[in-house]
Amino acid sequence: MLARLSRSPEAMVGLVLIALFAATALMAPWLFPRDPLAIVGRPLLAPFTDAALPLGTDRLGRNVLAQLVHGARASLLVSVSAALVAILAGMVVGTLAGLAGGLVDEVLMRIVDAFQIVPGFLLALAFVSVIGPSLPIVVLAIALGVWTAPARLARAEVLSIRERDYVAAARVIGMHPLEIALREVLPNALPPVLALSAVLVAAAVLTEAALSFLGLGDPNIVTWGSMIAEGRNVLRSAPSLSIFPGIALVIAVLGVYLFSEGLSGALANRRVRA
Amino acid sequence: MSAPVLEVAGVSKVFRSGGRQVVALDGVSLALARGETLGLVGPSGSGKSTLARAVLRLVEPDSGAIRFHGHDLLATGGGALRRLRKGLQMVFQDPLAAFNPRTNVGTAIADPLRIHAIVPAAARRAAVARLLDRVGLPAALASRAIHEISGGQRQRVAIARALATEPELIVLDEAVSALDVTIRNRILALLVDLQRERGLCYLFVSHDIAVVRAVAHRVAIMDHGVIVESGPTPAIVAAPASATGRALVAAVPRLLPSPDSLP
Amino acid sequence: MSAPLLTIAGLGVRYAGAAEPALAGVDLAVAEGERLAIVGESGSGKSTLALAIAGLLPAGARREGRIDWPGLGHAPGAGRDIGLVFQDPGSSLNPVLRVGEQVAEVARRHRHLGWPAAFARATELLAQVRLPDPPRLLRAFPHQLSGGQRQRVAIAEAIAADPRLLIADEATSALDTIVQAEIVELLDTLVRERGMTLVFVTHDIALAGRFADRIAVFEKGRLMEAGPAAAVLGRPATAYTASLVASHIGLDTPPLVGGATP
Repeated sequence: MLARLSRSPEAMVGLVLIALFAATALMAPWLFPRDPLAIVGRPLLAPFTDAALPLGTDRLGRNVLAQLVHGARASLLVSVSAALVAILAGMVVGTLAGLAGGLVDEVLMRIVDAFQIVPGFLLALAFVSVIGPSLPIVVLAIALGVWTAPARLARAEVLSIRERDYVAAARVIGMHPLEIALREVLPNALPPVLALSAVLVAAAVLTEAALSFLGLGDPNIVTWGSMIAEGRNVLRSAPSLSIFPGIALVIAVLGVYLFSEGLSGALANRRVRA
Repeated sequence: MSAPVLEVAGVSKVFRSGGRQVVALDGVSLALARGETLGLVGPSGSGKSTLARAVLRLVEPDSGAIRFHGHDLLATGGGALRRLRKGLQMVFQDPLAAFNPRTNVGTAIADPLRIHAIVPAAARRAAVARLLDRVGLPAALASRAIHEISGGQRQRVAIARALATEPELIVLDEAVSALDVTIRNRILALLVDLQRERGLCYLFVSHDIAVVRAVAHRVAIMDHGVIVESGPTPAIVAAPASATGRALVAAVPRLLPSPDSLP
Repeated sequence: MSAPLLTIAGLGVRYAGAAEPALAGVDLAVAEGERLAIVGESGSGKSTLALAIAGLLPAGARREGRIDWPGLGHAPGAGRDIGLVFQDPGSSLNPVLRVGEQVAEVARRHRHLGWPAAFARATELLAQVRLPDPPRLLRAFPHQLSGGQRQRVAIAEAIAADPRLLIADEATSALDTIVQAEIVELLDTLVRERGMTLVFVTHDIALAGRFADRIAVFEKGRLMEAGPAAAVLGRPATAYTASLVASHIGLDTPPLVGGATP
């Protein structure tokens, strides 16, 4: 599995980009121990002119590079937690629906339908504007928009695995339904859903940025979205203020997507060989 | 004749999918005595696999009764049914599909021992080794993953798993059809040995009447969800009364065709 | 014996990442118009041989030795000069295309026909593989057919371009014995009628003996013996072939249990 993954060029490129993203996020407090929102110089210093402030400063004279690095931290934290919450919720609902069948399945899947009808971003927007922007609420809001995908996938996997001979064999030897669910069905339904997690992280990064851009992020932390929103005011005179966080966003999302592409390729390969 | 181990009485099953109805079983009845093999033969789509699965309640029949030592399986559920399952086991056609891809040989065989509390935890390893030995496999195989061993070995492990609960009846659903011929014959010989040793009865499902003839005391021929004829194997194979029976016998390849029998 | 359609010399195949070669040192000639059965168990390399002849080995497989086509005079094209029928007709037919479109497409591509002519040809082909009511079947989807009918459609596709060689790779293994016998008879008739050469890959030596002119037996990637069917079955030259013959279960094999109820 890992060997196959390492042979896929897109997975490797994606992994390098993700590693870069994660390392930056983790190292932020050491690289720039000062508060990234502190004023360090003259406002609107152009990039590549001062070695101490390589990417220049923003409208208020804050270090752009420090903000970018700390922004990576916020993006990673929010998007990974949101994806985790979404996978967990989706897995539980999907597995329950697939195993129980009948009325339980109907009710759960209609709830999933209801969530899918409303665009995820709109849902997040409404959620945050009603309850107020704070980190856990933003995480929940983003998860609310994407948990239906893992739920549907988990249910489809469970429905297919339920009909396999090895589940029939487990019933024949008298295994308890709960043990069948936990030992025979769930572990085998997990891999494709986990492969989805990378896509969810990428989507969460974008949703988080969009929320911050609209001023619905946690105001006390720097994020790439809020940086772009800040830069918008001086887009003509200092376009780099929007361009740098934009590039960071593109690289992060691209990395996660490439990796997930390679991952699902490797998973599909394994299934063909099995 | 002693009381039958298994009695299937008037079992019917209709599959419905999107408005279309397929009658898989239409009032099927049969009985199996201790130490006996009943061969269930028919073309694909005849309902023989549905019947095999219905006997183990993997398929829920619409009507009829399936009695194991007089207990109606269809009227039993939950823990009582799981306890009854100890007496009826099954071996599937594709031995790779019949095991959880994440399990290993030892766990697969130990599971039924644990579930039915047949052997205390401390003695389970030794019991697994004994079962492996009985089906002709080395005890060292217990630590291997299912996908690491050959197809013939897997089918032996499947038989060991079925034997673990010390059942009286084993349903063999095309259990030797996917195996190489040399391996198939050794598995058939093993099954016959086990039957003599333990008085097992087999419901042997196959599309190949020549293989059924080699191991079954009695034969039932199925087509379109109905048993079209049944009786002692030699009599049925020598003079099949039904069209399906004649077609099944005629389709068996002869090893050395005489030149004039060529089409 | 007539001139060879193809000759295989020193053929060896090794798949990427495999420790053992799938085929090694195979020398074999296939005569024009003959029916050759390739017999072997799993891992014998029999399907690899079929793929090598058809030029369909997967990327990454290393091939050595030669395959020449003196009977053809040019390099063969899969689909045009060689027709192929596989074990599982469910996966070799496209599930979302109607049967008629699939058969007509082959006729259109290889015989350069327009669509109306190709459909007329498809109707003919379905009749030739003894499918009932071809005009109605043209509009059917593969899932509406039985396994045997699907395999007949696959055969119609394989012969649509009038190939010189038809390769059937375990084409009857997924079918029940009754349908298997019907498909074998159909292949036999088609090959006779059209003067095609047939390479019939199977694990069942008795089935091979039923209609092949010659049998080639493979074990673990090596050709054990090849010869006229009656000779290979009647006087096997190797212990392995003898064990295959002895393993056959027919209606004259002594049963393992007594016939009466105990």
